[in-house]
This record gives sequence, C-alpha cells and structure tokens, in this order.
Amino acid sequence: MIGLIVVLALLILAVISVVGIYNALVQLRNQVKNAWSQIDVQLKRRHDLIPNLVETAKGYMKHERETFETITQARSQAMGAQSVGDKAKSESALSGALNKFLLTVENYPDLKANQNFLSVQEELKSTENKIAFARQAYNDQVLFLNNKIQMFPSNLIANSFNFKQEEFFELEDEAQREVPEVKF
Amino acid sequence: MWEVIKANQRKSWVLFSLMGTVLILLGFVIGASVSPEGGLIGLIIALAIWIIMSFVSYFSGDSIMLRMSGAQLVNHNVHPQLFNIVEEMKIASGMKHMPKVYIIPQEAPNAFATGIHQDQCAVAVTAGLLSRLNRDELQGVIAHEMSHIMNRDVLFMSFAGTLLGSIAIISQVFLRGTYYSSFSSRRYRSSSRNNQGDGVMLIIALAVAILAPVLTQLLYFAISRKREYLADASAVRLTRYPQGLASALEKISSSKLDLTTATKITAPLYIANPLKQKGKKLSDLTSTHPPISERVKILRGMQQGVNLNDYQVSFNKVKGQPELLIPATALKDKDPLSLRQGSSKKKGPISPTQQAREIGDLIRRVNDFLFISCACGLTIKLPANYNRSQVQCPRCQKKYHVQKE
Repeated sequence: MIGLIVVLALLILAVISVVGIYNALVQLRNQVKNAWSQIDVQLKRRHDLIPNLVETAKGYMKHERETFETITQARSQAMGAQSVGDKAKSESALSGALNKFLLTVENYPDLKANQNFLSVQEELKSTENKIAFARQAYNDQVLFLNNKIQMFPSNLIANSFNFKQEEFFELEDEAQREVPEVKF
Repeated sequence: MWEVIKANQRKSWVLFSLMGTVLILLGFVIGASVSPEGGLIGLIIALAIWIIMSFVSYFSGDSIMLRMSGAQLVNHNVHPQLFNIVEEMKIASGMKHMPKVYIIPQEAPNAFATGIHQDQCAVAVTAGLLSRLNRDELQGVIAHEMSHIMNRDVLFMSFAGTLLGSIAIISQVFLRGTYYSSFSSRRYRSSSRNNQGDGVMLIIALAVAILAPVLTQLLYFAISRKREYLADASAVRLTRYPQGLASALEKISSSKLDLTTATKITAPLYIANPLKQKGKKLSDLTSTHPPISERVKILRGMQQGVNLNDYQVSFNKVKGQPELLIPATALKDKDPLSLRQGSSKKKGPISPTQQAREIGDLIRRVNDFLFISCACGLTIKLPANYNRSQVQCPRCQKKYHVQKE
C-alpha cells in the first residue's frame, strides 16, 4: 500500500516537472520568435527607407551611378534572404554599401544641407540603431533557449518534443558590426 | 538587469517601512501629547493622511507631475530624432510599452521620467536640452530616464515623496498649533489640571515633530542619490557608450538656468538637480543628486567595458573607498560588453541668438504652429489659431495657401 502511494507520488511529481519544463521551453521559443520579429520589423523599415534615400540623393549626385547600383542590388538581395544566417550575411552587405554611400555624401555639401535628406538620414540612422539593439535582445533570448535545450534535465524533454536550437544573428565582421558612420 | 529590479524592490520596502514607522510614531506622540488617550487617535489620523495622499499619487501622480512641469505631449513630427531615440531605448531595454514623449517648453536643460504604471510611462525633456545636445548625448539622457522607469525608481520615489510630504504636513500643523495655542491655553491648562506627564509628552512630541521631517528627508535624499548612480550604470549598459551621457551631463551642469517649474519634491525625478541656485551652497547630505563632476568622472573612467560590474569598478576608483552601489547579485553580470564608438559630430557651442531661435522654433512646433518655408529663404510661422486661408510673405510678397490638417 505504502509502496503504491510512493510510486504514485513520484509519478505525479515527474509529470508536474515535465509539464513545467515543457512550458518554460515553449515560452522561451516564443520569446525568441518575438525578438526576431522585432529585428524583422526594423530590417523591413530599412528596406523601405533606401529608395527614399536614393531618390533624394540622385538629383545631387549625378556621377555616382555605381554607388546607387550597389545599394539597390544589396537591398534586393537582402529582401530575398530567408534564413537567419542568409539574412545576417546580406544585411551586413547592405550595411557596408550604405556605409560607403554615406562616405561619398561627404563630398556633396548641398545634399548634406537638404532638409529632406537630413530627415531620411535621421530615420535611417535610427533604424540602424534599432536593428543593433533588437539584435542584442534577440541574441540574449537565443542564448537562454539554447542553454535550456542543452542542459540537463531540460535537454531530455527538449529532445523528445523536438525543440530546435536557434541561430544567433551575427554580423559578418567587426568593421561592419559598427553602425554606419552617419555625420550630421 | 532583473536582479537590480528585485534588489531595488527589497531595499525599497525596508526604507519604506522605516519611513512609515517614523510617520506612525509621529502621529502617536502628537496624539498622546494632546490627551493621554489620544495616542491611538493621532496614529489613525496620521495613517489616514498618508493613505489618502498615497492614493492620490498612485492614481494621478503621473499627470500631476507632468502638469506641474508644464510638459506637453508631442508626436513624431515635432521632433523626429527625440522620438526615434526613445523608440531605440525601448527596444534596447525590452520594455513592452512605448513611453509617451513630452517636451517642456523651457530653456534650462533637463529631463525626467514618470511611470508609476509601466503601461503609462512617459519621458519629458526640455526644449533647452534638445537644442544643446547631439544625438549620442540625447541617447544617453533618454537611456538614463528609461532606466529610472525600468528600475521602478519612479514608483518608489513618488511613494517615498508622498510619505515625506505627509510627515512634513503633520509636523508643520502640530508645531504651528502648539506655538499659537501656547499663549492662550497656558492659564487654562495650569488651572484645570496640573499633569506633569502631559508636559513631558509635549516636549517629546515637539522633538519628534522637529526631527522627523529632517530625518526622513535625509533618508529620501540618500536613496535618491543612489538611484541616480544606478540609473547612470543601467543607461550605459543600454547605450554602450558612456561618453555620450558624460558629455550630456557636463552640458547640463554648465547651464546656470533654473527650471522654474520644478519643486523640492519633484527635483529627485530629474536627471540633474533642476534647482541649481538654491542647492549649490548646501552640503552633500541634503542634495538629491550626486555631484555631476563625480558622475562624469565615473562614466569617463569606464574604459574596459560597459556592464554593471564595470561601472562599479569605476565608481570605486573615483570614490576612493569601495561602497556597494549595485546589488551583489547583479554584479555577476559580467557579460563582456564592449564599448561602442561615438557616431555623432560634436555640437559645439552655438551663439546665444541661434540657440534662442532653435528653442523658440521648437516651442512653436510644440504649440502646433504651421511652418511654411518661402522661396526667398524666409520661414513663415503661423500660430494654430490663424484662420485665413492665405498668407503673404512679408519679404517677397509671394502668396501661400494655408493648409491645415
């Protein structure tokens, strides 16, 4: 009799802890998704801003066709990327192109004084910052999730319910990790 | 970050109950000095005053604070940069709600945050601050304010503030009451009953009534100072750029202007003491904010990294003696966070007329003025109550159609 109660109690305890760990894993996975959507929103915003920037600058920079082409190309590539790894790669290429473009702008004082250009530039700069901050938050969440999936005992449950480790959103190299230099 | 909030809450409760005890003691002693059985009644009255004031501050503390400061709610169009920076910091801090953004139409540079309820938090900055700081510096200031909201400082400071206010009111009423009645009632008192216990109680009550406000105020100021350091540390962790906040603080402190809408009770909520002239001569004990030069030195000393532990290390170095500023549990935060490079150009000292013009324009934008730039280079600024459908440029006589949304 006593043996039966003990076994029953242990069984209930096991079920409770499995449910608890499972729920914690689901919560973490959702948090990762949420953090990713934050980045995605900002990446889309950047894609939307670039035609604006190009339009405003075109009138002033007639001899910089190449620069514009690089940016437009990088943008369409970034918009087509699907996986986290692909996105990271194409987005850092886009950042590089923007960087170069903003350096060229330095040679056009009229453009730098244009009110429209200044406001697009401010929006772009802010979007870059938001991407950086959202990336920071996303990577924190991914770290939590991956730790949970690898560590005992939650790894048992994670494996049997097929929880997958998520990719970090890392930008290619240290130089491009920097937010593009925007001068005011 | 969460450890900081938890430790803050624990500490807040300890200090809060300490101040509450002072209030109850005050009520009891005053009641007992009036009549031997009055202790309990005095205690209840004191508690009632406190509860009523806490209710008021909980349900409308935010709006009272915002109204007192003269802050006005603005949208993205009035100052896009400010709006963007607030959004950036919201993302960085992982806050769920976007704080409302207010601008205070005043020239003194300063900023504060309110947010007793997380979903109704707000940050307010003065027009003078916006005209003086560059993007990085403004980011530092906003990060500092958002840290106050995140660390629940606003909640604590408003409750501690009302508690302080209740104590001040009760002791003032009692002191004045005894002062005026001491002449008229002396004869009546001595003839009716010559109770020595009453006199002793009266002396104790007087002593408590004089000491209680002073003691609680010192307590309040001590907490306030610590919270400022902590908000600086959290701000740097968010922006990863201590230089921005440091130079913002320098610019704020170099201004000699007083914020006319700030009061002694609301002062701790601002980023730097808004009452400079009055606070200058007082000692460190009675100031609500740590000296700015010290805060700047700590921030500038952060060469290694920007996590909370790095701030503590720099703090110890500047102060000379180690004092635990950040809760020990949070010091485990040893993520190697690297510093970021500054990205904004320096905003050098601009001429006073230029600055006055910028501030004026900003205040006009806050007040819904319509800006029309004429082809001749003149900007026509129309007040919100301009009713005619056309306006003529005073310089080149060109006519413009006025479009109102």
